[in-house]
Amino acid sequence: MHDPRFLLAVVALPFLGSAIAAFLPARGRNLASTLAGVIALAGAMIIAAYYPLVERGEVVRHELAWLPTLGLNLTLRLDGFTWLFATLVLGIGALVILYARYYMSPDDPVPRFFAFLQAFMGSMLGIVLSGNLIQIAFFWELTSLFSFLLIGYWHHNQSARDGARMALIVTGAGGVCLLVGLLLLGRMAGSYDVDAVLAARDAIHADKAYLPALILILIGAFTKSAQVPFHFWLPHAMAAPTPVSAYLHSATMVKAGIFLLTLLWPVLSGTDSWYLIVTTTGLATLLVGAWAAIFQQDLKGLLAYSTISHLGLITLLLGLGSPLAAVAAIFHTVNHATFKASLFMATGIIDHETGTRDLRRLSGLVRFMPITATLAMVAAAAMAGVPLLNGFLSKEMFLAEALEAHSGTIIDVALPYLATLASAFSVFYSVRFIHQTFFGPPPVDLPHQPAEAPHWIRLPIEILVLACLLVGIVPALTIGPFLASAVQSVLGDQTPTYSLAIWHGFTLPLAMSFIALIAGTALYILFRERLNAVERSPLIGRLKGRRTFEAVLAAIVNAARGLHERLGTRRLQVQLRLIVVTALLLGTLPFLRLGYSRGPLQDTLIDPVFGLLWLCGGACAIAAAWQAKFHRLVALVLVGAAGLAVCISFIWLSAPDLGLTQLLVEIVTLVLLLLSLRWLPQRRPAIWPEERKPPMVLIRRGGDLLLAIAGGTGAAALAYAMMTRPMPDSISRYFVENAYSGGGGTNVVNVILVDFRGFDTLGEITVLSIVALTVFTLLRRFRPAPESIEIPDQQRRQNAFDEASKDHAMGDTLVHYLFVPRIIMQWLFPVVLTFALYLLMRGHDLPGGGFAAGIATSIAFLLLYMANGTRLVEASLSVQPVRWISAGLVCAVATGLAAWLFGYPFLTSHSRYLTLPLIGDIPLASALLFDIGVFAVVVGTTLLMLIAIAHQSIRSPRARKPVQPAAAEPGTGGGA
Amino acid sequence: MEILLSLAIGVLTASGLWLLFRPRTFQVILGLSLLSYAVNLFIVAAGRLRSDAPPIIGKDPTSADPALYADPLPQALVLTAIVISFATTALLLVVLLASRGLTGTDHVDGEDGEA
Repeated sequence: MHDPRFLLAVVALPFLGSAIAAFLPARGRNLASTLAGVIALAGAMIIAAYYPLVERGEVVRHELAWLPTLGLNLTLRLDGFTWLFATLVLGIGALVILYARYYMSPDDPVPRFFAFLQAFMGSMLGIVLSGNLIQIAFFWELTSLFSFLLIGYWHHNQSARDGARMALIVTGAGGVCLLVGLLLLGRMAGSYDVDAVLAARDAIHADKAYLPALILILIGAFTKSAQVPFHFWLPHAMAAPTPVSAYLHSATMVKAGIFLLTLLWPVLSGTDSWYLIVTTTGLATLLVGAWAAIFQQDLKGLLAYSTISHLGLITLLLGLGSPLAAVAAIFHTVNHATFKASLFMATGIIDHETGTRDLRRLSGLVRFMPITATLAMVAAAAMAGVPLLNGFLSKEMFLAEALEAHSGTIIDVALPYLATLASAFSVFYSVRFIHQTFFGPPPVDLPHQPAEAPHWIRLPIEILVLACLLVGIVPALTIGPFLASAVQSVLGDQTPTYSLAIWHGFTLPLAMSFIALIAGTALYILFRERLNAVERSPLIGRLKGRRTFEAVLAAIVNAARGLHERLGTRRLQVQLRLIVVTALLLGTLPFLRLGYSRGPLQDTLIDPVFGLLWLCGGACAIAAAWQAKFHRLVALVLVGAAGLAVCISFIWLSAPDLGLTQLLVEIVTLVLLLLSLRWLPQRRPAIWPEERKPPMVLIRRGGDLLLAIAGGTGAAALAYAMMTRPMPDSISRYFVENAYSGGGGTNVVNVILVDFRGFDTLGEITVLSIVALTVFTLLRRFRPAPESIEIPDQQRRQNAFDEASKDHAMGDTLVHYLFVPRIIMQWLFPVVLTFALYLLMRGHDLPGGGFAAGIATSIAFLLLYMANGTRLVEASLSVQPVRWISAGLVCAVATGLAAWLFGYPFLTSHSRYLTLPLIGDIPLASALLFDIGVFAVVVGTTLLMLIAIAHQSIRSPRARKPVQPAAAEPGTGGGA
Repeated sequence: MEILLSLAIGVLTASGLWLLFRPRTFQVILGLSLLSYAVNLFIVAAGRLRSDAPPIIGKDPTSADPALYADPLPQALVLTAIVISFATTALLLVVLLASRGLTGTDHVDGEDGEA
């Protein structure tokens, strides 16, 4: 069991349990809670088994390499302090799970609760066991996230949602600060490894970045641990189910900040800035929390502010910077977790049994629930610091430390008094909690008749209260050794001698304790009646943290909205102009600075045919731009002509693959656009008479024209400057040299695509598939505009002709229309398919390949569709584009994975030639299989998109006019 | 040849940009097509101009000399770009059809402002 690998199980198991719980049926309360309990206990046992190692002062480490070059590994470590904390997290976690099993109503989706709770527990363990700063920040964020889900568990409840959001924003913002702080810390220490950081105290203290790093880390810890002024989220988080409060506000979540401060205490403390910031914050939190707790009317609210106050106490102790204070801080962390968890659980029982948590309505409950009352009284006494209980011991240590001089500032003088005052407050609210709830006359008018809770729900409280008593009475025998190893691991050589005895004689701290006990009780007797009328805390009640928070949030949102309104626009044209102008400016800038010149290379001789080609191509492009508004078909043809010029240029420039693919794609694009033409609205003639265009329009168009010309000139100038400069050496050399020897193909472009950069191609065909599916899905919901659902003009005339002539049935002319071309197109189908297959097979050695072959195949289908009409084709031929796509993707991925079988990395290729009679050598590289995958995906995607658009013409009229059978005429594919 | 190809790229870019700024979706699609022609040509031109030297090597090792062939790298880039730009054109087209069906106009902003 001493294998450090088990640490990984401790962190991973709760997440695994969370995933399992998430899939349990909503009624699976027992199964989910048993699973969670078993996992928590298993974790606790693993941690317990490490104790012999930890006791000897060893640090258990487990490391999994992740990005070793960046110093980022998954590192888990366990020393005395983290052992104590992990035990706390798991032990109280197990008790909370038991409690929650009986607390949660079967009507709630309980498995979801346990899924969140376990994930939260895993995240908390992740923080505690992390041996790496970045990893701590990661799990830190996870706790914020899962606490958000837990607090908002009853999400039908507005206050739960608000509380969850507030907690997430406050702790999440703190988490960002923490991450930056930890990054700085890691840089100062030269490593992100916790042990390395802990060893780099002097380097960190000497660094300039110490103060910013300290402040950022403290913001992170203070937001998490609800320190003033970030404390306001904690009371609002009380909207969570009580087991969540019991867990989050005792052993976890809020203790994460304390944990981090303690963990980093050896390296960060001991400076003036640490002392000033941490001590004052802790002191303020201690007093504010205790003061506000007195005036709460809600039991959970009282406990929430008391939690804030105790967290302040621990922070204060850590801030003092003396080793003894650190011992007290660690000790009080454990004690607070035990008594606060049991108090929350007791509150939950009271809430459950009576139906209210309002102190003003509760009274005399001791008669109805004597056992719960006794348990709560002991726990509250521990909170107040009554002797013979664990809270007393750590509070004595605190008071003793308060008396010590630490800095020689005014804090030294004031601290003993303020500490006694805070202790008195603590007694005050504890007495109020107990007396108001359990004593006095029997309660009247409660929602439920109170009764003792079932035994199983009390068991966790009993265990915790027993712990309070045992630690309080025989500390040295119970917590002693564990505290010693924890203190040793944090303080190392600085470990002071401390005594866990109950009786130190008549000392000043003891006197302060008794003054606090007496004063607190006396204050309660004096003010108990008046307190019940109080609506908000005096003095600090005006400082509404929540209102400030919401005001800040609203201000941020408003500012963002204002900025967006002023700088943003929803107009696409304006956005496009801005993008192009920016690109132009950025493109011009280097030329303005360095000047423009052509390169040293001589121009190659101009071929007049090429000149003629581009005379036509350029004219077509310009004409298309001119005509696109009113003559869409003409513009489409012109763009196609320009595309043809590009296609020929590719072949001219020794890129046969490109020419081929471009030509095929050109055809498919043209068909696609033609298919869409039908659904576009009639172009209205100009709104204004031609000669009197508004000046704004002229200015805008003029501006666009100038911008377009500037862009064109810029692109031309850039291209010319580039082409006249010699080519720098590039990776192309490697591709050419290794294409045949390494990739087994002579067509270098194809070898690059399917072999060298096969992974990119895999990504690309995935993108293609996604696009095709998106197109398909979008079109399923497509409803055309009303004026375009009529049968096209030509069909109407054909039908009218059928109706007029005697020997024609309806639709005859449509069938006879373009009869000869249709027969030819049908006959072309196998020819084009064969051509496509040829392109595919030769792709590795000669121009061709999966892309070109895929598009050629889809063109074959396209011809068939155009010849026969959608219905006829689909009656006889089942085209399943989605299957093509999935088969293609599977084929490509399987080819890649097959390399693993032979012990090579993903997508390693193998090549050989197969000689067939008659046909000759066939390149049979594994890359060919990959190319077949590419081919199938391209066929599938192209067909899916084209067929989806083609289907609109046979589907949409029916969708609008379901009764008219005439509307269901077979539409031809290119029915534009 | 260089100056001619540069001019071709320039003309395609300018026509494409002009269409890109137009208010009608169909114009924008055609504009994007023209722009992608220009960009593809530009990328191929980045491998410098070579005629009659397609990167199809022989099988004996001596023929694997990069100096003998046009640069295959930009070609591989453009090959994927052609296919992807087909896919994006299709997607844009369908989006514009859907928007036309939903809003009743083919204005790029889905509402007919000034033409």
